[in-house]
Amino acid sequence: MSALIRIQDLTKQFPMGGRRFTALDGISLEFERGEFSGLVGPSGSGKTTLLNIIGALDNPTRGSAIVLDRDTKTLRHREAARLRNHNLGFIFQTFNLLSVYTVFENVEFPLLLLKMEKSGRRKAVMDALEWVGLTDKVDMRPARLSGGECQRVAVARAMVKNPKIVLADEPTANLDAENSHNILKMMIGLNREFRTTFIFATHDEKVIGYLKRIISLNDGQVVRDEEP
Amino acid sequence: MIRFLLIGLLRDRSRSLFPVLMVSAGVFLTVVLYAYIKGMVGDMVDASARFDTGHVKIVSRAYHLRESQAPNDLALLGVDDLLATIRTIHPRMVWTPRIRFGGLLDVPDANGETRAQGPVAGLAIDLLNKDTPERNILKLDESLVRGRMPEQPDEILISETFGRKLGVPLDKNVTLMSATMYGSMTLHNFTVVGTVHFGMAALDRQLILVDINDAQRALDMTDGAGEILGFKPELDYADQEMRILSQSFNRRFNSAEDEFSPIMHALSEKDLLGEILEMTNIGGGIIIAVFVFAMSIVLWNAGLMNGIRRYGEIGVRLAMGESKGDVYRSMIVEAVCIGIIGSVVGTIFGILTAYWLQYHGLDFTDFMRQSTMLMSGVIRAKVTPFSYVIGFFPGLLASVIGTLFAGIGVFQRQTAQLFKELEV
Repeated sequence: MSALIRIQDLTKQFPMGGRRFTALDGISLEFERGEFSGLVGPSGSGKTTLLNIIGALDNPTRGSAIVLDRDTKTLRHREAARLRNHNLGFIFQTFNLLSVYTVFENVEFPLLLLKMEKSGRRKAVMDALEWVGLTDKVDMRPARLSGGECQRVAVARAMVKNPKIVLADEPTANLDAENSHNILKMMIGLNREFRTTFIFATHDEKVIGYLKRIISLNDGQVVRDEEP
Repeated sequence: MIRFLLIGLLRDRSRSLFPVLMVSAGVFLTVVLYAYIKGMVGDMVDASARFDTGHVKIVSRAYHLRESQAPNDLALLGVDDLLATIRTIHPRMVWTPRIRFGGLLDVPDANGETRAQGPVAGLAIDLLNKDTPERNILKLDESLVRGRMPEQPDEILISETFGRKLGVPLDKNVTLMSATMYGSMTLHNFTVVGTVHFGMAALDRQLILVDINDAQRALDMTDGAGEILGFKPELDYADQEMRILSQSFNRRFNSAEDEFSPIMHALSEKDLLGEILEMTNIGGGIIIAVFVFAMSIVLWNAGLMNGIRRYGEIGVRLAMGESKGDVYRSMIVEAVCIGIIGSVVGTIFGILTAYWLQYHGLDFTDFMRQSTMLMSGVIRAKVTPFSYVIGFFPGLLASVIGTLFAGIGVFQRQTAQLFKELEV
């Protein structure tokens, strides 16, 4: 099985005052298709930075991140956007739904960027909303939804284009226990059905309980990589 | 995608309604201001043309050098022949002779003793001829306040203000004390048959209007006139055409050796009128430039504020796979839409207001009592075809430039840095 993502000796430093802060320090990792894995560690351990690099939102200082056989460091802005558009889905802690659009329109947005034709778009959006159980809320705006429902819309938006990889940054941080479990069960289902690779950045025990692979980070280094 | 963005734009009032209102307000001000300045300067030029310079003016070379003194001793003679000649050469132009003169007007009481006196600014024009163009040029019928137009020799009109100040009754004799063109004192009796009001303090203060034949007799200027004014029939000034006409006239009639040879000048060659005309033409440009600059700063600020408010949205769009260039372009498309809608709305209200100002004007008469400029106290706007489009320049430019500035931050930052700032 060839790796979807290969992280090789990756270091990321940020300028901070007059010196450089090392967020990631010589990390090497591989992620296979269909993994349900998580980057776990305290704040400042480098979880989000690694997720950003995998998502082609940031470049490593040294080393490389090969995502779907493409070195993110060599990608131009437009190519990076294209990689995200076609193959990556993002789920955020604060949902980040577009408040002026309806549930349907929020989920439809990634497909518009893919220039999918209207009938195909509609079917894909309705299918995605059916997976997350929100077909009765298609015309509602996010302001009228609960936190759990908003995150389900965000999951549908991430999954609607059937991406190969979903990157989820603290997806349950704003949810209560019940909603967290519901969302995670739903993601497990999607992972099984579509063999989508999920990579979480989290320190939430509820999420950690569902992970099939736990990569523990501390001070920018991998301190443990295990399958519970 | 465009439809999707437009839906968002329409639903988000802070991105659509408020910027549109801001642009509309700016465009409205531009249109009204432009039309008002156009009207004000146009009025000034028009009044100068009608009452002073004509579209072209013929005087003697010597008279021209001291024109502000209206020196009738240097007036043109042989005016009938000169008029006949230029009417033949330029039949499409309207030509009319005038004499400007000063003096003292004496108003007698019932016993014939002086009851009131005042200095006059006299204007002698073709007043009695049935086909006189002056009625139209000076809008005499519209300006008549009391009485009637002169029908007989020695009947005159006096300005309403001056008449009331001196207490001149209608159909009574007054006496003009003045000087002939040869320097002798002259006294001439006239009958005031009507009063006029032109709405220009400089004229209304002490004007009397006399028929030119009467003035020629009173001032001993047989076949003479201080000046001959030429107008285009439709009374719309065309600078280039008039300059060419004056050059052609001067080549034929003007002689450097003869100080009494006639010389012609176009309106724009008179004093500061040329500069004023020039100002009229570039005035619109100045207004646009100033407005674009000011509005760009305002819209830039609004764009930045809006950008900060939309950080979440922009971050999500980047994460979904939209490139920074596309985000930037969509912001500019939004700005163009807002610019167009704001410009249309602002122009509609601006034009309506300008039309109102064109018909009613703003009355500054009280502030212009001492004015010596030939300018109406009621300043009106003038709606021209350009008034309909001028607002689109600042409306569109300011919106787009403001967004360009605001969007530079999005475009220049590293994606991850932006992403982090977007709190995503």
